Amino acid sequence: MFEATSAYVHIANAPRYAELGIRAIDLTPAAVGPFVVPSANIDEHLDAVNVNMVTCAGQATIPIVHAIAAVTEVEYAEIVATVASVSAGPGTRANIDEFTRTTSRAIAEVGRAGRGKAIIVLNPAEPPLIMRDTIFCQLPRDADDVLITKAVEDAVANVAQYVPGYRLKSPPQFGESRDGIPRVAVLVEVEGAGDYFPPYAGNLDIMTAAAAATGDRIAKHMTGAS
Amino acid sequence: MPYSSSLDVRMTDTCLRDGSHAKNHQFTEQQVRDVVAALDAAGMPVIEVTHGDGLGGSSFNYGFSLTDERLLMKAAVDTAKNAKIAALMVPGIGTLDDIRYIQEIGLSIVRVATHCTEADVSIQHFGLARSLGLETVGFLMMAHGQPPELIAKQSRIMADAGCQCVYVVDSAGAMILEDVQHRVEAVVAELHGDAQVGFHGHDNLGIAVANSVIAVRAGAVQIDGSVRGFGAGAGNTRNEVFAAVAERLGIKTGIDVLGLMDAAEDVVRPVMDSECIIDRMALVMGYAGVYSSFLRHAFRAAEQYGVSGADVLMRCGEQKLVGGQEDQIIFIAADLAAEMAATS
Repeated sequence: MFEATSAYVHIANAPRYAELGIRAIDLTPAAVGPFVVPSANIDEHLDAVNVNMVTCAGQATIPIVHAIAAVTEVEYAEIVATVASVSAGPGTRANIDEFTRTTSRAIAEVGRAGRGKAIIVLNPAEPPLIMRDTIFCQLPRDADDVLITKAVEDAVANVAQYVPGYRLKSPPQFGESRDGIPRVAVLVEVEGAGDYFPPYAGNLDIMTAAAAATGDRIAKHMTGAS
Repeated sequence: MPYSSSLDVRMTDTCLRDGSHAKNHQFTEQQVRDVVAALDAAGMPVIEVTHGDGLGGSSFNYGFSLTDERLLMKAAVDTAKNAKIAALMVPGIGTLDDIRYIQEIGLSIVRVATHCTEADVSIQHFGLARSLGLETVGFLMMAHGQPPELIAKQSRIMADAGCQCVYVVDSAGAMILEDVQHRVEAVVAELHGDAQVGFHGHDNLGIAVANSVIAVRAGAVQIDGSVRGFGAGAGNTRNEVFAAVAERLGIKTGIDVLGLMDAAEDVVRPVMDSECIIDRMALVMGYAGVYSSFLRHAFRAAEQYGVSGADVLMRCGEQKLVGGQEDQIIFIAADLAAEMAATS
């Protein structure tokens, strides 16, 4: 069952799905089950009765945090998601706090950063801009830039397998904050497939694409295919 | 209608919030105490103290605070005898928990800011603030970019959500005289007394004080500024100048004008790293309609990547960036550097 209603509805429905033995993939912010970002942690939750798809910004940024944290220590990660105003629905707007809180938590839990912070910006420019996400990761002073760049490129290729419009917008930028904290900044862009939603609404597409990839993987696991 | 029976206009000083940008968010508790004491003594009714990008703004994206803003706000509350202390919060950066916190430590006012087309993201924040007994102000940022009718419609959303004063905010310092008049008039007409109207100016085109006077004539009863212009871009409306002009025009602000001049010169100036002036980059911001807080970020990125800061800001304008998108400045500078390398 793919649930794309609202958090309240999913909280009410989740126990019923579980009773009937129906696996639930939750696209709402209810977070009844564990967070899943396919390229980062799907293998850990193949037997979960209920999994949650975090947020669009989480799906777009956590694979990068996770990839960097796999090759170096990331004490703190911060993401800035910019989405076109017209692609932010009433649910997101009424609960923007839930969006930033859930994403922040998942950056740490799934991305494996020590601490996470999420910022969302709505931009009304016409024509609408394609979803953009910047991922800042704090790095140790002796971090290996080449290794990190490779990890980021691999992660992007990995996500692009289930979200075709996912791409690196700019090479990773290494530098430091004004107060001397070393960091890398990664800019990704998420263009939607343009099937139902317009291409700029990559934020909406990435949720459904990630949920579909999760469903495929769980179904394969259930049927014993590898 | 005046602000109250005794004041035509209530002024707010934001040098300890918008000035945070010019200070790269490096305020100390002592500086906050000194500035609050001086402004309070000169009769400034409201003083805003927060990270430049509002509650929770300390970040890679906007710059880390030297001192936790919660300590700075507490120092301000403890110092002020008469002034109310306000905090800025931007939904998408700060959260409801931040609003609960400022109420607990004794702040009086929360000012919730959204891009001028996105007022509905503030509804839950106004609701909570009012239920906690906080006074509320709403900011419609980058208001130069949208027509008066749209600004008026957005102001209605904030007022209905519990906002007690909606500000037309010239974040880019790009408004010119009638631009202010028409937007303030439209908001006053829409709100029809359901909420007050305010104006927040930046001096990137050198007319912030004139714009503020026009705002008052159009019906605004709350005016923002910073002493010594200590703020983002070319600085905010200079509050000691506005207070002097207002007095000459017979607009009652309740400010001790000479006292505020002393505060500007003797207390605030020494806290500033440098004067806020209309240099090339600040002027470009007003000219191209760029969010004033981008100034220091663009300056630093331009230096790092060896490109022109004015070019970076012009491209921010072309890409129609809004407040909060400071992250894009890094990549714009990197792109410019790559383009330069490709053509040389």
